Amino acid sequence: MRETLIIARHAVQETIRRRVFVVVLVLTILFLALFTVASAKAFAAEGSFQFGSNGPVGPAGVASLTTVTLLGLGVFGSLFLAAVLGVFLTVGAVAGDAERGLLQPLVVRPLGRRQFLLGRLVGAAAVSIAYVTVLYAVVLVIVHQAGGQWPDFIVGPAVALMGAVTILVAMSLLGSVFLSTMANGIAMFMLYGAGLVSGLLASIGAALNAHTVQTISHDITIALPFEGLYEAAVHSFASNAAGLARVAVNLGPFGAAQAGSTFFYLWAVVYFGLAAMIATAGFERRDL
Amino acid sequence: MTALVASALQKRYGSVVALGGVDLTVEPGELVGLIGANGAGKSTLMKIACGLVRPSAGEAMVCGAPARSRDARRSLGYLAELFRFPGWATASEVLALHQQLAGSLGGRTERDELLELVGLSDAAGRRVEGMSKGMQQRLGIAQALIGEPKLLLLDEPTSALDPAGRRDIRTLLLGLRERGVAVLLNSHLLGELELVCDRVVVLGHGRIVAAGRPEELTRTGGVEIQTGDGIRRFPQARREDIPRLVSELVSQGVDIYEVSLIRDTLEDVYLQALERE
Repeated sequence: MRETLIIARHAVQETIRRRVFVVVLVLTILFLALFTVASAKAFAAEGSFQFGSNGPVGPAGVASLTTVTLLGLGVFGSLFLAAVLGVFLTVGAVAGDAERGLLQPLVVRPLGRRQFLLGRLVGAAAVSIAYVTVLYAVVLVIVHQAGGQWPDFIVGPAVALMGAVTILVAMSLLGSVFLSTMANGIAMFMLYGAGLVSGLLASIGAALNAHTVQTISHDITIALPFEGLYEAAVHSFASNAAGLARVAVNLGPFGAAQAGSTFFYLWAVVYFGLAAMIATAGFERRDL
Repeated sequence: MTALVASALQKRYGSVVALGGVDLTVEPGELVGLIGANGAGKSTLMKIACGLVRPSAGEAMVCGAPARSRDARRSLGYLAELFRFPGWATASEVLALHQQLAGSLGGRTERDELLELVGLSDAAGRRVEGMSKGMQQRLGIAQALIGEPKLLLLDEPTSALDPAGRRDIRTLLLGLRERGVAVLLNSHLLGELELVCDRVVVLGHGRIVAAGRPEELTRTGGVEIQTGDGIRRFPQARREDIPRLVSELVSQGVDIYEVSLIRDTLEDVYLQALERE
């Protein structure tokens, strides 16, 4: 445990003191600035309009729709930036660092390889979780300041987002045991894209009531549970909403058709454990 | 207790044989040099000893414990041929991290002593990214010495050092030997090995092709006498023939300025071993 914490602390120090952290900070500020402007403009422009046969949608309904859409956008951006950070911290943690000669001096010390890997996981996950939590909180405050509304649930989506970035970090660390930095980076980029496609498929399936499309989307979500956790977070923003806001949550560009379930949350935990176990087993057997 | 015992050690990478059954021991206070061509298995042998690589067959024991075990890794210090420290960390921070991982209680005193030992006293607060390759290599050696290891595995420790730096490391190695530290040293600088090693092991294609004390391996190759009318060579002569040769030349009225006993260098031994392979 002591060795794990030493490596985790080293990983956190590395994150903060590398120049790239400044880049992440600048991009985050840029994202939040744009999001603040977009939120203010969106609420300023809202009005009432006709929603199919349901009749006119009044200012309250439109405000609810705007809130939900902006929250979806904010969470999408937060997870994306946190995913970039988390993957960056772990993408070359084993094969990449071994190739550069950073790993060998550390693993010949009397600490187990399992403890080393766990330390890297804890360090990267802690940084990513802290980052996504702060970003999520700022997004909520920005939307509230602009429109005066809070989402139906706040803590649940935050926990789901933390779970999503933790799984992304675990996947990236697992990939780093078997793939070069470049190959792992490409793999993670494509898997993240596959997750997004799965979310869009779910929305399309829900809109068209196409069960096969929904099943495909569901299966991808099982294979890539970070996407399911993200969808669960967005879905729960407006769990109590009805009418247009409900439709936006299910079908909107930053909505999510799939809600989380106890089974799915348990599966996400098991998935994380499996990824960590396979990574450890692979690392134990790897020649450096 | 023997610092390193390698018994019938083998390592295969697919169809490539990196080590084909190596037996080697390094005793406490002994300085053993490894030489061999690129790909001869020198680095693989060291990596097996420090637990970075698993042997395909055979075993390696470090201070009585199986290589890869925590007890084995507690007893050794290792400097890899290709290594790097995080560029953002200072020299002192690098050593502090390794002290924590090695469980060393030496604290700042140990760090300062090690930095002084490798000539980096003034660079304790300097970031690694601001150091020259030679300075980083010195820091690597300091890192390998953390926790007073009983066995030191050094893979090309002087490759980036200037002549003065190499001399410093030779002095350091001799000091370690006096303190009873066992050292396995891999270097392409054969003259360097000849100067410091108690024993030299020549590896070729994953096998030991020659081993012994440097003076045993390097045979005499004649006598060379510089006279007033040029250099005279006596290829078959040995050390004990020198007085007679000098006496004969002097009696012939030849002026003598210098007498040299010609020895094969380790380089010659190494090249001959490779040719036999």
